Amino acid sequence: MKTHLTFVAAALFLAACSTAAEDSAVTGGQASAEQQAAEQAGQGASGAAQDEIGREEIAGPAAGTQEHLVVNVGDRVFFEFDSSSLTEEATETVDRLAAWMDQNGGTSIIIEGHADERGTRDYNLALGARRANAIRDHLSLRGIDTNRLETVSYGEERPAVMGSNDRAWAQNRRAVFVVEGAPVS
Amino acid sequence: MIPSNRRRFLTNSFYAAAVTAVPLGLLPGTARAELEIDITRGRVQPLPIAISEFHGESEQARDVGADIARVVTDNLRRSGLFAPIDPRAFIQEPASVSAAPRFADWRLIDAQALVSGRAEDRGNGRLRIEFRLWDVFGEQQMTGLAYNTTPGNWRRVAHIISDAIYKRMTGEDGYFDTRLVYVSEQGPANDRQKRLALMDQDGANHRYLTDGSHLVLTPRFSPTRQEITFVSYVRRVPRIYLLNLDSGQQEMLGEFRGMTFAPRFSPDGNRVIMALEQDGNSDLYVMDLRTREQRRLTNHPAIDISASYSPDGEYAVFNSNRGGRLQLYTMRADGSGVERISFGDGSYSTPVWSPRGDLIAFTRQAQGRFFVGVMRPDGSGERMLADGFRVEGPTWAPNGRVLSFFRRSQADADGNFRSRLHTIDLTGYNEREVTTPHDASDPAWSPQNP
Repeated sequence: MKTHLTFVAAALFLAACSTAAEDSAVTGGQASAEQQAAEQAGQGASGAAQDEIGREEIAGPAAGTQEHLVVNVGDRVFFEFDSSSLTEEATETVDRLAAWMDQNGGTSIIIEGHADERGTRDYNLALGARRANAIRDHLSLRGIDTNRLETVSYGEERPAVMGSNDRAWAQNRRAVFVVEGAPVS
Repeated sequence: MIPSNRRRFLTNSFYAAAVTAVPLGLLPGTARAELEIDITRGRVQPLPIAISEFHGESEQARDVGADIARVVTDNLRRSGLFAPIDPRAFIQEPASVSAAPRFADWRLIDAQALVSGRAEDRGNGRLRIEFRLWDVFGEQQMTGLAYNTTPGNWRRVAHIISDAIYKRMTGEDGYFDTRLVYVSEQGPANDRQKRLALMDQDGANHRYLTDGSHLVLTPRFSPTRQEITFVSYVRRVPRIYLLNLDSGQQEMLGEFRGMTFAPRFSPDGNRVIMALEQDGNSDLYVMDLRTREQRRLTNHPAIDISASYSPDGEYAVFNSNRGGRLQLYTMRADGSGVERISFGDGSYSTPVWSPRGDLIAFTRQAQGRFFVGVMRPDGSGERMLADGFRVEGPTWAPNGRVLSFFRRSQADADGNFRSRLHTIDLTGYNEREVTTPHDASDPAWSPQNP
């Protein structure tokens, strides 16, 4: 359960980061229009009922975006040491990803495979490719067209968590899903 | 026990036995052993050597002479085989030693070998640089050579002289007139900038070959041309590139569907052996650089990577986890006759065949540590040369007697670590850090400069 909590925390943290980075894009679109409408409505009523509490809908991330994927699916799964087999938890995540891709038909995903630092550079590249392809194979099994999937191995080159310890290594043995068009790591 | 500074380095055990049996003073003059260093022995006492500044009449010639003596001194000291004597102890002046050494003066400061030289202005902007290597106790010249060149070439001349001294004293080719290509690293671990860099083996003439806008990994020198092959993320997916050092031209090697990585040149420089990943599985391929034809060498559901040719090009050693853990395997150059050669605990990787053919260097992981070691091509005679939290990626000096690799420290809680290039003798002694401006990894030794 602990891993699951960390995972959610990481996802939320990432969501926060991404949202901050994409802030202008989001507020400049649909959300800001709604906000403006709500504000105008509030101003119009202000004279009549001072004590009324204004209420507005805040839109979640737009469907099909990286933020939407982070919130609804999670953008990563973790692997055991030196393994490219999907754990039970990873399988559930990838199943959610398949459903998400079904619902967001226009999306394409880049699957990044990563390894922890224990292993040579060459081997970690090969291992990262195995991990990315394990996800790809599972998505394909769930009916996702492989034309919508790309894989890339980063080996040990882009750790998510810095440090040479079990906790960091566990977070770095991962595959990350990046919606095509979103910034890659 | 013979005092180390009086010790003679002998060619074989027969002479060694003869010397230990007879007190030194009773040795007849004619039976005196050659002044030599046997680098195949375990731990060699460094030979005391005096390197006199090269004499010059003009200021320019004097400057060049002093610079050459300094670089030769540094080279020989770093080799671990020589103990250069502090010039402040020298009795005889450079001008006079370049004419004729007074051996008694050099014996007095315990020099066993002496290097003298001179630099002469030849007009037309050219210099004549000569050096002599002397056996101080035998009172004779061991070798002497002269070079005609422009003053700007003084550093190379110093390396060439160092190689000549090394060869005369050890019987082995030197490795001082060589370069290293490596990956220079800067920035936090999760956003590391990596650039290809090239420098002389002593760290001089350092320059960057890429600007750091893309990740680059595992550069390798062509044994025959001014060319480097390496892995880059220029196209987002890792691919093998060729970089011509003379023209600066860079090209991607082949069009493949998957990732290409772990490249190495064949000994004739005409082919690149590589790993190609397709649908998650990595196998070995070879590409002919002239025809650009590719050929598959292995076809196995396990990971096959990190291949390196034997110097005759007939065999290759590679890395595979087909037996469970990563182990070393050899095969014929056409991919047939695969044989496992490593059997120890843990895992083995990044094998690289010595240019002499006698040994294969490798990275080994066991008990949570990394080792750099060597074994014979049949897997026998395995021994470790270096170990640490992370030591990886050995590369051979062209004489097959010295290795370079990188050594990385454990990251602290803030993710800070140190990664540097090191060199080590085949004996496992004399490990030295190579000076680089920033963190460094993935070294590859050049052949002797052309």
